Amino acid sequence: MKNFTYHSAKDSKEATKLSSSNSAFLAGGMTTIPSMKLGLASYKDIIDIKGIKKLSGIKVSGKSVTIGAITKHAEVANSKEIKKAIPSLADLAEGIGDPAVRNRGTIGGSIANNDPAADYPSACIALNATIHTNSRKIEATKFFSGMFETTLKKGELIEAVEFQIPNKSSYQKHPNPASRYAVVGVYVAKNKNDVNVAVTGAKSCVYKDENLSKALSKNFSVSAVDGVKVSSSGMNTDIHASADYRASLVATYAKKAIEAC
Amino acid sequence: MASLVGSRVERKEDKKFLTGKGRYTADITLAHQTHAVFVRSPHARAQIKKVDTSKAEKASGVVAIFTGKDLADDKIGGLIAGWKIVSEDGTDMKVPAHPALATESVNYVGDHVAVVIGETLADAKNAADMVKVDYKVLKAVVDTESAMDSEAIYKDIPKNLCYDWLLGDRAKTKEAFDSADKIIKIDLRNNRLIPNAMEPRASLGDYNSSTEEITLYTANQNPHLTRLVISAFNAVAPEHKFRVVAPDVGGGFGSKIYPYAEDVVIAWAAKKVERPVKWVAERTESFLSDCHGRDHVTHAELAVKSDGTVVGLKVDTIANLGGYASLFATVTPTYLYGPLVLGLYNIPAAYCNVKAVYTNTAPVDAYRGAGRPEATYMIERLMSKAAMELGMDQAEFRRKNFIKQFPHQQALVHNIDSGNYDAHLDKALEIADYKGFANRKSESESKGKLRGIGFSTYIEACGIAPSAAVMSLGAGVGLWESAEVRFNPTGNVTVFTGAHSHGQGHDTVFAQIVGDKLGVPLENVEVVHGDTDKGPFGMGTYGSRSLAVGGTAIDKACDKIIAKGKRVAAKMLEASESDVDFKDGEFVVAKSNKKKTIGEIAFACYLPGQYGEVKSPLPEGDEPGLKETAFYDPINFSFPAGTHICEVEIDPETGHTKLDKYTAVDDFGTIMNPMIVEGQVHGGVAQGVGQALYENAHYDETGQLITASYMDYTMPRADNFPELKIDYTCTPATSNPLGAKGCGEAGAIAAPPAVMNAVVDAIGTDISMPATAEKVWKACKDSKKSNSKAA
Ligand SMILES: Cc1cc2nc3c(=O)[nH]c(=O)nc-3n(C[C@H](O)[C@H](O)[C@H](O)COP(=O)(O)OP(=O)(O)OC[C@H]3O[C@@H](n4cnc5c(N)ncnc54)[C@H](O)[C@@H]3O)c2cc1C
Repeated sequence: MKNFTYHSAKDSKEATKLSSSNSAFLAGGMTTIPSMKLGLASYKDIIDIKGIKKLSGIKVSGKSVTIGAITKHAEVANSKEIKKAIPSLADLAEGIGDPAVRNRGTIGGSIANNDPAADYPSACIALNATIHTNSRKIEATKFFSGMFETTLKKGELIEAVEFQIPNKSSYQKHPNPASRYAVVGVYVAKNKNDVNVAVTGAKSCVYKDENLSKALSKNFSVSAVDGVKVSSSGMNTDIHASADYRASLVATYAKKAIEAC
Repeated sequence: MASLVGSRVERKEDKKFLTGKGRYTADITLAHQTHAVFVRSPHARAQIKKVDTSKAEKASGVVAIFTGKDLADDKIGGLIAGWKIVSEDGTDMKVPAHPALATESVNYVGDHVAVVIGETLADAKNAADMVKVDYKVLKAVVDTESAMDSEAIYKDIPKNLCYDWLLGDRAKTKEAFDSADKIIKIDLRNNRLIPNAMEPRASLGDYNSSTEEITLYTANQNPHLTRLVISAFNAVAPEHKFRVVAPDVGGGFGSKIYPYAEDVVIAWAAKKVERPVKWVAERTESFLSDCHGRDHVTHAELAVKSDGTVVGLKVDTIANLGGYASLFATVTPTYLYGPLVLGLYNIPAAYCNVKAVYTNTAPVDAYRGAGRPEATYMIERLMSKAAMELGMDQAEFRRKNFIKQFPHQQALVHNIDSGNYDAHLDKALEIADYKGFANRKSESESKGKLRGIGFSTYIEACGIAPSAAVMSLGAGVGLWESAEVRFNPTGNVTVFTGAHSHGQGHDTVFAQIVGDKLGVPLENVEVVHGDTDKGPFGMGTYGSRSLAVGGTAIDKACDKIIAKGKRVAAKMLEASESDVDFKDGEFVVAKSNKKKTIGEIAFACYLPGQYGEVKSPLPEGDEPGLKETAFYDPINFSFPAGTHICEVEIDPETGHTKLDKYTAVDDFGTIMNPMIVEGQVHGGVAQGVGQALYENAHYDETGQLITASYMDYTMPRADNFPELKIDYTCTPATSNPLGAKGCGEAGAIAAPPAVMNAVVDAIGTDISMPATAEKVWKACKDSKKSNSKAA
């Protein structure tokens, strides 16, 4: 690990002011610290945002659930309000990594990092989430722009994520047996005005499967999935799963999700 | 007095481990300590054209940088292969030079090129990045099966072949095959595993310039042998000026039996810089440079009569040694493997041919079970396939071929002293509810799932080992064990053992033996191991030997203590020695109420006062003190055996295999502490299940290790397991007075075939380890396709 300067920001303003092209925010550190230790990343400044009160907490209103950026996965998993409003979101958080990761990793860090195999991005897409930053609101569909890429600007800080409460929903994942990241994760949500099938793990970036979403909005049933061919084109191949296997898993886990809704 | 042996005594050592007070090598910090970082090869195979350290030497905080040339200049020898194997054609095995720091070539990713020693770890790391190595990259040889057809890595080792070894009788086997009604054939791959001890390797060297003695603290299973090898072959220091301490060690599984390049370099460097030098492996270094395990490709054939009698076995194996021949690498796929291919069956004719090859991968050496898991996997998969092809019941086909009479001289090497294989099979069938399997299977099918049951009736040879036997087979050392039992004047006991505990629980079990034998409370017995300056020379811990061999040495030393105690008691109590009996810690004169406790005897031995009326308690000819040493060399290996039955449920849509039921009934001979044995079985089975379903060291075609972190290398986890059902049968070993057979490796030996036979039973087709979800999914899909074609 290369030397860096550590800062602890007291509010969003200070955090963004301290940031530069050679800095990173430190939330749970579950991605940043291992990549620094392995020499895959190095920064001049590390800006700790864990002390910014405004970024933590869970709020449930009639229509939506808003989760502060530095809220830990374990807090989401154990939140009574979330379990009641969007149980699938609590389930998703409960299935992230292992207890150590869940007790440190944060929702803001997870979506800012946009790992192609991360779980939360699929929830954002499926549940028509809005990402609140220190300067604007971004719709989830306009937020995740590519592998490890988002439309966040330099120094822009995520403050909270607002999810719309669906009629019913379920997240089902085929975990990587080693890391427990998603080999394929399928989030199915039947919302007031639409049905979304969001898929993570399968391609270089989370996406909404338009064909499955369309088919399910006509007929929200397992058999509707059978009528859709999930193409393996553009899907990842690695030692844990080939593109063909991933394509098959997308259909299988979409069915599991519908059954669990 | 209640017996300690046989009861669930809580582990004495757990308090320190559970409260974070273990003292591992990395926890030791010496004054003026420096930190070492190794510069490792990023290439699987390359010539070293130049190592340029000039820039790195100028970096801040650098104490010294050494390369292979510096070692050579100091005449430091290379690493050795400790067991000579002779090929079928009579030629000796071929072993490449293995310098502790590479000089001419690097032969696997992670191979050692230079060591940078800094004031701080950050200084050393920073400078290590500045060491410039000019490599000429060559095409790597990676694959086990095609290694012999690839370019030779070493110019004097044609076909990359270390040896082409044969055990058994080809002609007799051919006759048996000619007489058979059916030949069953199987092709298997025993996947390469990475040991993943919880504590990464670490070494700390310390040179005392006043005594000219080097001390090496190292995470090692075998400190005496490490000292011997580094003294005799690497010539770092003579044995009497060299102390090796293996303090608390967090797991070894074989990977810490032998000294590594780092140990040699760190011990030597401490003397060079005249300051302590510390190196602690990072996890990535462990993945890359700890010796790996297994990695066999095998074709085997079984000759059977139509009534199910097995008459012959042929085994042809290619074993991957990796880039160099590590210390026990050559024996693992030969004498620890070949004799065991017969399993616990009466197979009259057999041969086992092993071709050991070099590849540009990390060296492969002994790993939990060492050779025996590979043998057991082969024979148990083959037996299951045979039962299937013959249309016989899995349990009854095995039973029909069990060895039934003991002792039994097998067709290959081993003479099995005791066992009762029907007993553990019967017990396991009952616990596993074999009768209810058909119902459970149809229940699974009604949910769209596949269910399979898998058997593994295994045997292994451990309690390594009779010196005469192993030395006649090429071992460079005898494998006895030593013990010293020392009564202190105030009546407590210190026990020194040559075995080494790195998780096994020796501190407890050995104390149980001594406590019972000498009648002293458990808390008054301290077991000391892991320091060449303390106990007598010992042979360390591996091959499930510690109790059968090391425990017996302790038992024998206790016998000597009691014998002397009787002489002293007789004199003190004015009785004849033959009238003195020893029981529950007291020497009692027959038919009288005269007695002395062993504590009183110990005190008297150390303080043989001779004043006034008091006469010396020591009989003439006896020396003061109460301390005895014993060395024990067993007359035979010991042969644990058992039946493991596994049931899996598979989701054909995802390929996910759920381990639903697991039963293990083992015959470990006499059991000293059932709780500790359970722990060993749990851990062993978990490792075996890991091999069957999850673990795999994956190199790409250029020799890069793809599974070099826990993000990709899948370890088994607690939530992968149902509750394991564990039970025992007992036929005591006859090769040691304790009757102990050894339990440390059994789970890792028995589990892989039990699990894989269950998977194969469920999906109906052959599949290789690890049975990952994708492989199982694909096999299910393919068999569905071929079924629908057939229909
Ligand atoms: C062993 C392991 C297993 C894991 N398994 C899973 C899994 O199964 N599923 C899964 O989804 N994830 C998994 N993760 C990822 C983990 O859950 C975290 O979500 C992830 O590491 C990032 O969150 P963090 O809070 O640790 O972010 P950090 O590491 O602190 O930061 C990551 C990046 O996000 C940026 N960032 C952080 N917070 C903000 C913010 N508020 N605004 C703008 N930018 C910000 C930082 O600048 C940095 O670049 C795993 C991680 C590990 C180590």
